[in-house]
Amino acid sequence: MNTNQILKLDNVTIKFGGLTAVDSVNLSVEKGTIQALIGPNGAGKSTMFNLITGIYKPTSGTISFNNHFVSGLPTYKIAAAGIGRTFQNIRLFTELTALENVMIGAHTRGRWDLTGALTQFFPWVRKEEGELTEWATECLSMVDLTYKAFEMAGNLPYGEQRRLEIARALALKPHIILLDEPAAGMNPQEKMVLMEMVKRIRATGVTVFLVEHDMKFVMGISDRVAVLDYGVKIADGTPEEVRANPKVIEAYLGKS
Amino acid sequence: MTEFLQGLLSNINPYILQIIVNIGIGIVLALGLNVITGLTGQLSLGHAAFMSVGAFTSALLTIKLGMPITLNLLVTGAVTALVGALIGYPILRLTGDYLAICTLGFAEIVKVVFLNLDITNRALGLSVPPANSAIPMPFVVWGVAILAIILVSFVYNSRFGRALKAIRGDEIAAEAMGINVARYKVQSFALGTFLAGVGGGLYAHFISYINPSDFGFLKSIDILSMIVLGGLGSIPGAVIGAGVLSAAPEFLRFMANYRMLVYGALLVFMMLFRPNGLMGGVNFTDMVLRALGRKPHLKTVLQNREVGK
Ligand SMILES: Nc1ncnc2c1ncn2[C@@H]1O[C@H](COP(=O)(O)OP(=O)(O)OP(=O)(O)O)[C@@H](O)[C@H]1O
Ligand SMILES: [Mg+2]
Repeated sequence: MNTNQILKLDNVTIKFGGLTAVDSVNLSVEKGTIQALIGPNGAGKSTMFNLITGIYKPTSGTISFNNHFVSGLPTYKIAAAGIGRTFQNIRLFTELTALENVMIGAHTRGRWDLTGALTQFFPWVRKEEGELTEWATECLSMVDLTYKAFEMAGNLPYGEQRRLEIARALALKPHIILLDEPAAGMNPQEKMVLMEMVKRIRATGVTVFLVEHDMKFVMGISDRVAVLDYGVKIADGTPEEVRANPKVIEAYLGKS
Repeated sequence: MTEFLQGLLSNINPYILQIIVNIGIGIVLALGLNVITGLTGQLSLGHAAFMSVGAFTSALLTIKLGMPITLNLLVTGAVTALVGALIGYPILRLTGDYLAICTLGFAEIVKVVFLNLDITNRALGLSVPPANSAIPMPFVVWGVAILAIILVSFVYNSRFGRALKAIRGDEIAAEAMGINVARYKVQSFALGTFLAGVGGGLYAHFISYINPSDFGFLKSIDILSMIVLGGLGSIPGAVIGAGVLSAAPEFLRFMANYRMLVYGALLVFMMLFRPNGLMGGVNFTDMVLRALGRKPHLKTVLQNREVGK
């Protein structure tokens, strides 16, 4: 088995009643790359992320991460194993500050629980809290949001909320980060900034797996692109290969 | 010592003293519910049932064993927390209205069980002998209330508390951050019911007569009103809400029959004009911690980092 594969989907299928949202998909993501997943609306892209993170269980097939099966594990264990993610419909903790959001993202980096809460005057507990705060501010700075640390997440403008979600996912110190339409709702300039951020994230050794509709964005930064249509993977390759693939053109332009 | 404290109390009008003690007990109860509903976002309509578990446990520990009050309250809290965890484990999978209905149903079950057990003296209720304590009860109550405030403040400002806030905000997102939502919910429930049990134990020894019917739905709503009045999830809010609503029945005695009417109107008023409660938006603990220098300002953190580079 290829040790460079960080994430591997084997014949993954999920059915919602009569609808097969993801249909026998095989896919592997190489360590240290930027992998994109594209496809028309309703193709099953977000569903695939939900399968990988254990929010949905596959009807059949298996998913492995770093050569361990994760399909069947509860979501929180999959996250703790090193899969961070953002959501298409931003799911921040809106009533908490940006910093608190990221510190929650760093949950698995700490270990003091209820006992820690009640003994927080002890230096070793305070040390951990200090380290978590420090690490969270570092994650905020990775998405240029340090200056908003004490703002309520819900009060941030849309583009910053998307970036905050990325910071929160990075706080987990993931091996792979799943970004579901990170550029959605951003203006062209914000998208340029985001592209640089994604490259920076990859440069820190984190594998990036992203779903995105903006073709310029996808083709500009991805090493590989997979295409989903009605739950079926119809193409997989470099941006150039995928762009030239007649099946992809057909899926996007409709049958003529 | 004992005489000195008793001397202090004898200077206070007994009627006023009763109100003061009621406020202390109210604070403990409100803080417990505040952990479950305010901090973790799990609506419980059965807090009074856990209070009654605590009241009867504590009363029996005094009656049967003559247990000293400190140990008594700790055991009582632990027993109630255990009941809370056992009940919480299956029902905390539910959300919103379903959870609320289940806690309501559980509360009725507790009442019926206590009304039919010999050990709780069925419908007659229990007379509770004075607590085995060298310190007069009002001081015990307020000592516990202050400890409860400290305990809950600690929980708020911790990794544990943040996980609970995350669950309140968005369970799926919390899970995706690696938080074991089911486990934390049960722990939060256990902590909140621990305080409910301790509050019940204090109540039993202060009132000296308890009956299962004292801990019905209306009592649960009383406690819920306290935290809604003060602002869900706010510690000073819970304290102020408990203060106002524990004292209010005394001042509203002339219209006792309409108390629930006043509460209802108050809640509607709050929801309309101050949905975050009287203290909503004021992060008191944060202010205090900052003033004490326990929590660094971001500026300081950043400066330190610049220096470190
Ligand atoms: N929990 C669910 N129950 C039933 N159907 C679902 C569920 N989740 C997704 N679906 C269906 O699965 C299909 C794929 O949805 P999905 O959200 O994965 O699409 P997508 O590729 O992310 O689309 P978009 O680009 O619009 O975000 C859709 O037809 C959707 O209605
Ligand atoms: Mg989607």
